[in-house]
Amino acid sequence: MSALPRAAELGLIACAVCGQVCRAVPGDPRLDGDSVGDAMACPRCGSTLRRRKPQSYARTWALLIAAFIMYIPANVLPIMRTASLNDIDDNTIISGVVELWVKGSPDLAIIVFTASIVVPMLKFLALGTLLVSSWRGSGWARVQRAKLYRLVELIGYWSMLDVFVVALLTALVRFSVLSLVEPLPGVIFFGLTVVLTMLAAMSFDPRLIWDGKDTDD
Amino acid sequence: MTDDNSIERAAPGDGELPQPMVRRRRVNASLIWLVPALAALVGLSLVINNWLQAGPQITISFQSAEGLDAGKTPVKYKNVVIGRVNKIHLSGDRSHVLVNVALEKSAEGFATRDTRFWVVRPRIGLGGVSGIDTLLSGAFIGADVGDSTEYEDDFKGLELPPSVNHGAPGRSFTLHSDDLGSLDIGSPVYYRRIQVGRVASYELDKDGKGVLLHIFVDGPNDKFVTRSARFWNASGVDVSIGANGLKLNTQSLATVLAGGVAFQDPPGPHDSTPAPEDNAYQLFGDQTTAMAPPDGAPHYIRMRFEQSVRGLAVDAPVEFLGINIGKVASVRLDYDEKTQRFPVLVGAVVYPQRLGAAYDKLEALAKAHGENPDLSQLMGHLVEHGLRAQARTGNLLTGQLYVALDFIPKTPKVAFDPAAKPLTIPTVTGSFDKLQEQMAGIVDKLDKVPFDSIGQNLDQTLVGLNRTLKQVNGQTLPALSDTLHGVQRTMGTANETLAGDSPLQQNLGATLEQLQRMARSLRVLTDYLGGHPEALVRGRQADPKPAEPKPVTTPAALSPAQGSKP
Repeated sequence: MSALPRAAELGLIACAVCGQVCRAVPGDPRLDGDSVGDAMACPRCGSTLRRRKPQSYARTWALLIAAFIMYIPANVLPIMRTASLNDIDDNTIISGVVELWVKGSPDLAIIVFTASIVVPMLKFLALGTLLVSSWRGSGWARVQRAKLYRLVELIGYWSMLDVFVVALLTALVRFSVLSLVEPLPGVIFFGLTVVLTMLAAMSFDPRLIWDGKDTDD
Repeated sequence: MTDDNSIERAAPGDGELPQPMVRRRRVNASLIWLVPALAALVGLSLVINNWLQAGPQITISFQSAEGLDAGKTPVKYKNVVIGRVNKIHLSGDRSHVLVNVALEKSAEGFATRDTRFWVVRPRIGLGGVSGIDTLLSGAFIGADVGDSTEYEDDFKGLELPPSVNHGAPGRSFTLHSDDLGSLDIGSPVYYRRIQVGRVASYELDKDGKGVLLHIFVDGPNDKFVTRSARFWNASGVDVSIGANGLKLNTQSLATVLAGGVAFQDPPGPHDSTPAPEDNAYQLFGDQTTAMAPPDGAPHYIRMRFEQSVRGLAVDAPVEFLGINIGKVASVRLDYDEKTQRFPVLVGAVVYPQRLGAAYDKLEALAKAHGENPDLSQLMGHLVEHGLRAQARTGNLLTGQLYVALDFIPKTPKVAFDPAAKPLTIPTVTGSFDKLQEQMAGIVDKLDKVPFDSIGQNLDQTLVGLNRTLKQVNGQTLPALSDTLHGVQRTMGTANETLAGDSPLQQNLGATLEQLQRMARSLRVLTDYLGGHPEALVRGRQADPKPAEPKPVTTPAALSPAQGSKP
């Protein structure tokens, strides 16, 4: 079965905002968004017309790398200080998980571990895989990869769990001498990591998965 | 709207699709790479910052890691956190723990050779409570930095907090003592019962024959430690029953419990310039010995007593004319073959320096005479002049004896060997023994009194007396009784004679009356003769008529006058 034609092959481009379909010269670099110079705009709503998200690979890569860099201090630096009567405790993400596990809340430990360690790592891996495979134009498991992308977008927000925990505790636990919870710089880096991975996921154009060589047949 | 509609309507037709507008791109550079660059920059700055902030890593060894917590326990200097414990692990031979501490960059100066580290834990002792705050905050490692600038990263932690911080105002001194007593690190040092310092550390002498104590006296009170200051152990209750009676000495209740050192200047003239740092002193056992004049070199003397010295104990005082100059060191029995007796050898330590000026004078005199100013020589002279040792009773209640060196008048001369070692002082019997001797002498003399003959004579005398008394009773006394009767009679007669109603009395009264009448007549006669001396010749003449009374104004007044006329 021969491949169905793509919009670009037919010289068509749809406005991402109002859905207006325009006729465009196939392969016009001004529609790729990567070109230097002029850009095309929707004749109806005036928003920029693009075949794919502009500089999707570069942006995703850049944001992903930035997120990864931020992920290092997020894990190394302590994210939270809990000071109780006789004890000041600075916890990094991992030490917090370990403490939860040791102190008998393995369920909570698993949740925090999943949200703070597994999910971000998963996002790095997933986005990296998507980027590399799409860039190489691989036709391998395109449907699964598309699902993976949707998953990555979906779970993005939930990675903020740790930040929420710290923010909530900081706001709630303020009994000065008796006990105190303070955010430490690690949480900022962790937040940045989550935001950057979300941005990376957003800047990835899933249509790129379907570009390249067709190996369906 | 109409445009839209027209477009939509035009849509179905192929080729009627609108062309996109062309718009100038304002920015075309790929700025997105700034994000990872920025992230990298932040990460890098973190790393650099961390690297710059990181101070030296040091290792401190402790006996135990009690209270220490890796990653938490801070290292503090003057309650400022200068580092944190990184890691705790056992040493290779498991004898102690090695604590890895990451010092802060600003605390680099603490990684020097003479910095001291110790664990501050709550300590409750008799001297007070310290580190109470660590009950809540947990133990921490205290640090005290020294002067050294030599880098060092391997330390041996102190088990006890140092009692003196480096650079604290004040001075430290060294005390020599026979034993530690109840003193400990941190024991107070008192001056006039005010705490001015504490014991910093102690150690055994190198030869093990004493204890070396290091004390620290806080400024500004360290100026009271003079060159001639005397230190004594003020701890405990000092109860002693000696020849001087019962003595009880304490400093304060705290020192009784926890021990302490006190110091003061000796009375009298002394060098009161403040002592230099680390000046060494002797630590005396009590205040009395501390305040005693300096003993100087001890001299050993020996005395040989021929009588029992029950009550003479080791440490009993040796007095010279009432001044304590030493103490008995040993009391031993000897055996004399010749006399078959057991003399007692008493060894004593004397400090001639305690005689003070007297000894100095003696010395000077000996020198002036070109003699060896040695104690043995001096003693030789004194013995010549009658110096003898005597065991005397110091306390009648307890029977304690002391040795008195005194000049005994009229003692027989004895041979004295000034070269003998130890010097042997001739003795005389003690006062109590002397008393016994005197009593014996009295008894002897009493024995010589001829009580028998005295009794016989007395008996004879009494027999004679008895006879005499019988004679008196039988003869003399009845005669006397008769005589007394006679006397009584005589007295009765006399009484009767002299009684108021006796005839004698009445006669006497009549006689006296007659005599009185006669005297009156005589007076009348003399009066008449005085007026009329011619009567002696002519005899008595008739009396002249009385003169006519002068007429009176009233007959009433006249008649009584007529009437009154004889």
